[in-house]
Amino acid sequence: MFERIVEIYPELLTALGQTFTMIAVAIPLAIAGGTPLGILLYLWGPDGLSPRPKVHKVLDTAVNIARSFPFLILLIAIIPFTRLLVGTTIGTAAVIVPLTINAVPYFARFVEQNLTQLGQGTVEAALAMGAKHRQVISHVLLVDAIPALVGSVTIMTVSFISYSAMAGLVGGGGIGDFAIRYGYYRYETPLMVLAILLMIALVSLVQVSGSRLSRALDKR
Amino acid sequence: MIQLDNVSVSYGRGEREFCAVKDVSLHVPKSSIQGIIGFSGAGKSTLLRSINLLERPSAGRILIDGTDLTILNPAQLREARHNIGMIFQHFNLVNNLTVRKNVELALKFAGVSRAFRKEKARQALEIVDLASKENAYPGQLSGGQKQRVAIARALAPQPQILLCDEPTSAVDPRTTGSILQYLKDINTEFGITTVLVTHEMNVVKALADEIAILEGGALVEQVSTKDIRRKNFIPTSDIGAYLLDDSIRLNPTVELAASEPVQSVEELHHV
Ligand SMILES: Nc1ncnc2c1ncn2[C@@H]1O[C@H](COP(=O)(O)OP(=O)(O)OP(=O)(O)O)[C@@H](O)[C@H]1O
Ligand SMILES: [Mg+2]
Repeated sequence: MFERIVEIYPELLTALGQTFTMIAVAIPLAIAGGTPLGILLYLWGPDGLSPRPKVHKVLDTAVNIARSFPFLILLIAIIPFTRLLVGTTIGTAAVIVPLTINAVPYFARFVEQNLTQLGQGTVEAALAMGAKHRQVISHVLLVDAIPALVGSVTIMTVSFISYSAMAGLVGGGGIGDFAIRYGYYRYETPLMVLAILLMIALVSLVQVSGSRLSRALDKR
Repeated sequence: MIQLDNVSVSYGRGEREFCAVKDVSLHVPKSSIQGIIGFSGAGKSTLLRSINLLERPSAGRILIDGTDLTILNPAQLREARHNIGMIFQHFNLVNNLTVRKNVELALKFAGVSRAFRKEKARQALEIVDLASKENAYPGQLSGGQKQRVAIARALAPQPQILLCDEPTSAVDPRTTGSILQYLKDINTEFGITTVLVTHEMNVVKALADEIAILEGGALVEQVSTKDIRRKNFIPTSDIGAYLLDDSIRLNPTVELAASEPVQSVEELHHV
């Protein structure tokens, strides 16, 4: 048992590294893409700074459609696009594409919600001070939304660690894939338990540090 | 100087259009304090917010020192707003910024260069005796202190006009007196033209030179506190009569207002 773990150790490390790579690339990309999208959803929405009902409706629908794809279907559906973008349809790089595409609208919704729930008070105060819309967003709304946004990034990261299990289908690897390969296909239950324990540890680490950071940033 | 000419403000469109302010004309001389009082829903906030165009009038003109704000382009309007400070019932401070950074934000929006912001913010905080709290966050302050920060924030860009929407309605009656005292002192010292919306009669009588009474969106009466004091005034509205009522102390000093329970027009309405 112990020997088996030692034997498999390098592969476990690789799997952890793959999970880490997926998260480390997809999450920043999701934040970079989802934040502007979320800001637009807020800005043009009914409670936004400059409501544009028609454009908002189009964007809102697009985000809903993107959000309603089950990850597994998305993974397969966009294979041609993935090949176009990263030149391959298997491996960690190939999984990052659907992960990011899934995450961008997901995070955009978080951003929209976090901005909307701040209420009109500070926005009005800023407008009364003669702030531009851009300034209202960057200096008032995002500043007050940061703790909530950190919370959202935490939730998103946790979901992604579990999505990485499906990445195995296209050879993306990762700790979830490891659990399926050894635990499910080869009946090596101890290895599956080990992988699951590692995932629990990883998720807990992300959750605890995310919550702590969010609380530390919240000055309310 | 503020001049409102036949200002109307509506919410909603078509079938659901609702006229919250109806054909109000009002002249507020430079350096004076104009009170606006009325029952809940009378349109006080809407009228006040039309002065800096947070609510755009559906008809009429808003003249600030002779400039009609309603015809300005967005950049010009922002420029005009730098000259109009505003404070709110619920303070509306940015919770994740320190007290000083909150004040600096107003200076930044007003285009004051970075080099001067810190010093100017400190000066503004000194006016409201909160220089010692510059590094605190709003969450660490009492309601009265938060409103004083909001006052400092409004004053920092040195506006000619200060708009106050129920500035004492979210603080306890004792703190009310102190806030009013600051507003009075600021008006005296800087000659800042002040418009004060409230539903509290002793607040408006303590502070205002002129009192406008709103009912159902219309200006029904305009009276000076001096005439109320001299009883040189025949009220035509309920609130006008309340303002004149002997059982309500006339022209209470600000200090007195501080120790007295607040008399709101709503309370009297139920007597
Ligand atoms: N955004 C809005 N949309 C639709 N109607 C509104 C809106 N804001 C205010 N109203 C309506 O306009 C009327 C005047 O509202 P306003 O807030 O100006 O009253 P107020 O005198 O300030 O009342 P209060 O003392 O309760 O603050 C009310 O009937 C209110 O319901
Ligand atoms: Mg109001």
